[in-house]
Amino acid sequence: MATDIEHTPETDPRSVGLVEKQSVTLFHPPHELTLEGDKSLGPITIAYETYGQLNEARDNAIFICHALTGDAHVAGRRRPEDRKPGWWDAFVGPGKGIDTSKYFVICANVLGGCQGTTGPTSPNPATGAPYGINFPFLTIADIVRVHKALIDYLGIDRLLGVVGGSLGGMQVLEWAARYPDSIRSAVVLASGPRLSPQGIAFNAVGRRAIFTDPRFRDGDYYGQEDKPQFGLALARMIAHITYLSEKSIQMKFGRKLQHSDELTYDLQRETEFQIESYLHYQGKRFVERFDANSYLLLTRAMDYFDLEEAHGPMRESLARTDARFLVVSYTTDWLFPTGQSREIVSALLDARRDVTFLELDSPHGHDAFLIESELPMLHDVVSPFFDVTYASHARH
Amino acid sequence: MCAKRLHMPDPLDILTDALIMSHIERGSRVIDLGCGDGRLLNRLKVEHDCSVLGVELDYKQFVACVSRGVPVLQANLNKGLEDIPSGSFDFAVFSQTLQQVNRPRAVLEEILRIARRALVVVPNFGHWKVRLQVVLQGRAPVTDSLPYEWFESPNVHFLTMRDFRDLAMRGNFRIVNELPIIGNRAVGRAWLPNLRAHSALYVLERSGD
Repeated sequence: MATDIEHTPETDPRSVGLVEKQSVTLFHPPHELTLEGDKSLGPITIAYETYGQLNEARDNAIFICHALTGDAHVAGRRRPEDRKPGWWDAFVGPGKGIDTSKYFVICANVLGGCQGTTGPTSPNPATGAPYGINFPFLTIADIVRVHKALIDYLGIDRLLGVVGGSLGGMQVLEWAARYPDSIRSAVVLASGPRLSPQGIAFNAVGRRAIFTDPRFRDGDYYGQEDKPQFGLALARMIAHITYLSEKSIQMKFGRKLQHSDELTYDLQRETEFQIESYLHYQGKRFVERFDANSYLLLTRAMDYFDLEEAHGPMRESLARTDARFLVVSYTTDWLFPTGQSREIVSALLDARRDVTFLELDSPHGHDAFLIESELPMLHDVVSPFFDVTYASHARH
Repeated sequence: MCAKRLHMPDPLDILTDALIMSHIERGSRVIDLGCGDGRLLNRLKVEHDCSVLGVELDYKQFVACVSRGVPVLQANLNKGLEDIPSGSFDFAVFSQTLQQVNRPRAVLEEILRIARRALVVVPNFGHWKVRLQVVLQGRAPVTDSLPYEWFESPNVHFLTMRDFRDLAMRGNFRIVNELPIIGNRAVGRAWLPNLRAHSALYVLERSGD
């Protein structure tokens, strides 16, 4: 996914260039947000980034929902010396799949995360100390309600589109069901109306790994020198396997050994195979940027999400919006297999909505929508989809 | 390959489009199975105020539909249309595709599950040119309306108008209307249609209705 810097962000015409993280604080008491779990939370700071220009009619805004451990930094660089650009830089920019020369693009950090929007690492106004494990339970609906408040704050009545993959796709569905009049189109990638029991099982093992880490200290580890990194790294390693596919692991690593051409016959050796080394590396990098309490909260929010449970049959909840839908799945995704997308499509057809569906052939599993080599295919479809949505609106 | 074997589809397609459109009521809900680049559906949407859906397997054609603003599902007709709820459409268009699917009868029944009426255009392998080529040259036919060599033809079934009528007798649907297409026009009552028509349009309905 990473691209090496060939241009500096200022000179690359295909980059959004340098971007600044912005933030706004809403839900000040006494107007706190009442969460689905009935607790209230406020004030809530929302960190976000924007790209491109909002036009005068304020009708060219596209909101991007990030996945479980993603962040608002979707494109460009925050500093010229940053080695890596935002997580979807190859897809968001001038002339790219989501064209920032036409559209005003917004991406915000999720509630309960650890990248700037209020979450367990934020200070609890009542105590001054981080919320930690006491951060109130939250759901995907709560995340979307906070993002809707941000859109209102930005003065946008109706989004041209809301786009997201995986957990981001769940947010898109929630947007459609909860705020049917606020969106003109919805793009759901590698996602579904609920996580499968198998997906919940993987999340459960990840959470167990965090809970059993002695350094987790019941979630009260802030200010300590030794953070609960082993459990979190393990959780990430497990989750990462679900993002790959049998095919992509075979292609990338096969049974190749990491250190030599021969087996060592040594149990103590942590990495014998290259795939092991890769997973350890992913785990290690993850703990540098993510918080264990946030991980617990967000995976639970993902487990709890069930569009039909929350809003009734999809053919009714999705019938409330006249948004155009684009649903994309990937052949080797086993976390959100194509059947999950087809369920959405079927409900939309039943509701007589405008829906386009495509299963892209990719060896890269669930993560395919983030893999640079897969993006041209997505571009082929997403770019005209938004163009037509925008033009049809202009005609009316 | 000789020039005669090159496919010049446009005039015929435009004729077929017009013919199909004349059988679709304004404002209907229409699905086109094997919709290609979505040209017909776009016309139905713009000119007839229809609400439309395409089904297409080919990726390039699929993208062309998206660019036209035609909602489209990428699906293989052989694998069924089970995602599409019953009775979702007023009309299903199935043009020059029946001969390309593995199990035509099952697909037709599936089409009439999702749509009230089906407009099916099929090539007529009973056309005199086809018959002549087989008899005189002893070779698989290649004609203007069947422009493929046997080894690269998408057609897996070869049927005549008579065969189609037989199929309709066996299937769970009936023929409401049969329009042989002779030269560049559809003829309501044709003399020797099975010999003279290169294609035919059938309007089908579920038998129960």
